[in-house]
Amino acid sequence: MIQVNGLIKDYGVRRALDSITFDANQGEIVGFLGPNGAGKTTTMRILTGYMPPTGGEAIVAGYDVVEESLEVRKRVGYLPETVPLYNDMTALDYLKYMAELRQIPHADDRAWETLEMVDLDERANSFIGNFSKGMRQRVGLAQALLHRPEVIILDEPTIGLDPAQVVEVRRVIREIGRDRTVLFSTHILSEAQQICDRVLIINKGKIVAEDTPENLQSRVLGAERVLLRVRGDGDGLAETVKSIKGTRKVAAQDDTSVEFELSAGQDVRPQVAKAVVQAGYELLEMRPVGMSLEEIFLELTDDKTAGKRS
Amino acid sequence: MRNIWTIAKREYDQYFVSPVAYVVAFAILLTSGVLFAINFYFFAQNAFQNFGAVPDFAPISGTFVFLLVLSTPALTMRLISDEARMGTLELLLTAPIRDYELVIGKWLGAMLYILSLLVVTLIYPIVTSRFVTPGIDWSVILTSYLGMILLAGVFLALGTAVSAMFTNQITAFFVSLALFITLWWLVGFPANVVTGDSARLFEYLDMKTHFYGALDSGVINLSDIVYYVSLIALGLFTGSAAVEMRRWR
Repeated sequence: MIQVNGLIKDYGVRRALDSITFDANQGEIVGFLGPNGAGKTTTMRILTGYMPPTGGEAIVAGYDVVEESLEVRKRVGYLPETVPLYNDMTALDYLKYMAELRQIPHADDRAWETLEMVDLDERANSFIGNFSKGMRQRVGLAQALLHRPEVIILDEPTIGLDPAQVVEVRRVIREIGRDRTVLFSTHILSEAQQICDRVLIINKGKIVAEDTPENLQSRVLGAERVLLRVRGDGDGLAETVKSIKGTRKVAAQDDTSVEFELSAGQDVRPQVAKAVVQAGYELLEMRPVGMSLEEIFLELTDDKTAGKRS
Repeated sequence: MRNIWTIAKREYDQYFVSPVAYVVAFAILLTSGVLFAINFYFFAQNAFQNFGAVPDFAPISGTFVFLLVLSTPALTMRLISDEARMGTLELLLTAPIRDYELVIGKWLGAMLYILSLLVVTLIYPIVTSRFVTPGIDWSVILTSYLGMILLAGVFLALGTAVSAMFTNQITAFFVSLALFITLWWLVGFPANVVTGDSARLFEYLDMKTHFYGALDSGVINLSDIVYYVSLIALGLFTGSAAVEMRRWR
């Protein structure tokens, strides 16, 4: 659905995209992660036919974004970061206008259906200028879904929303991502972890990592880490844990807790729990302390650690 | 074609939710209305003293185009610049419409607005015609309206182009105004001081000379029509190019 090959974009002398290559298949939700100015929006603008690249090629829904820009634009739904709305229009009129521009037959029916999809049918005749940020975001999303595009590109769709709205928008993205290709950018790493099938991490115009959220985690970490905490005195706790086969890198954190790693493929947490209880400790908690995507992200985008790793 | 019409319709509707359109309509219609009344009264008085002539439409059409010079920048300033400021240009430029369709649609929307005003001004010749026997010479009225429509077309096309070049609509307003003043008043001046072909060139470039004493007097010259139509084409082409340029920035 999306094939990007050696894409380059220069703004004057500054190189915003430095030969990036990736693809996204149908029914796949791909998260685009990166700090501000990394090139996320630039990539999206090229893929939606808004601006031409300086070099390389991008094929979206089977069409070249430069040579067959109009065909690409017919098949792509795009929600830019600054949600493009007309405040003097009602939600329904706005969608009808966009439906007419996209030459969708029965524009009126389609506008209603799409408003229902984003739960705004009750406010169809209210002016967009009076909408809350969450509602505006949903109108923008409706605009991107209006023509039932094969590829949907969303630039920071959850930014500035309150938690309930974030949950709602994520639900819609997951729903539409079932049979379409969704590419969306975000700052929020846990969001990518929750919705994406695959994550692309981009920094300074280059893709620094590309994998499923789970694989990214284990790639950096190697294995799963567990924290174990007991009540009162934890003397000798580390030794008890060490005695169980399948644990490694056992390290006491403080008087009452111990952190250890599980050897690959061996989940010996039940055995550890049993041993600890049998040794007379009062077990309070045992939980995974997997490196969060945040930490991975920082590690991958930080120059110093990136240098160390490569 | 359909996209052009969709955009034009939206633009036309939008004029009626913005105060600018009402201010412009008020200014143009009030001024031309007052002028018509005075003009009409003057000719009527003369007629009572038995040396009356048929009231002339030229002062009305002349005033109308003069007011176009000053007011069309206000009508075109936000056409594209405001879309850029609000971020909705990104929406239009990623929709399956061509850049020139956007520009022509915007221009056409503004044209429809001016045409609505022109329809209202039809009341002046109609009233005049009812009071004079055997009626007025409609061919002069017809060419005057053709001239006013062409001039409006030129101002709006150039204004749309300027609006496409700027993101700030106030800048677009003043740049358009300066351009129109130059084309309307200043470009003809050198014709008075130079002679020969260059004088004729400046005379040809002067927008006034193609209207006053020509279209407003019932005379249709092909060169006048060509002049106006090429300026409209130039405006629309420059506008499309300016929109395209935005993609490369």
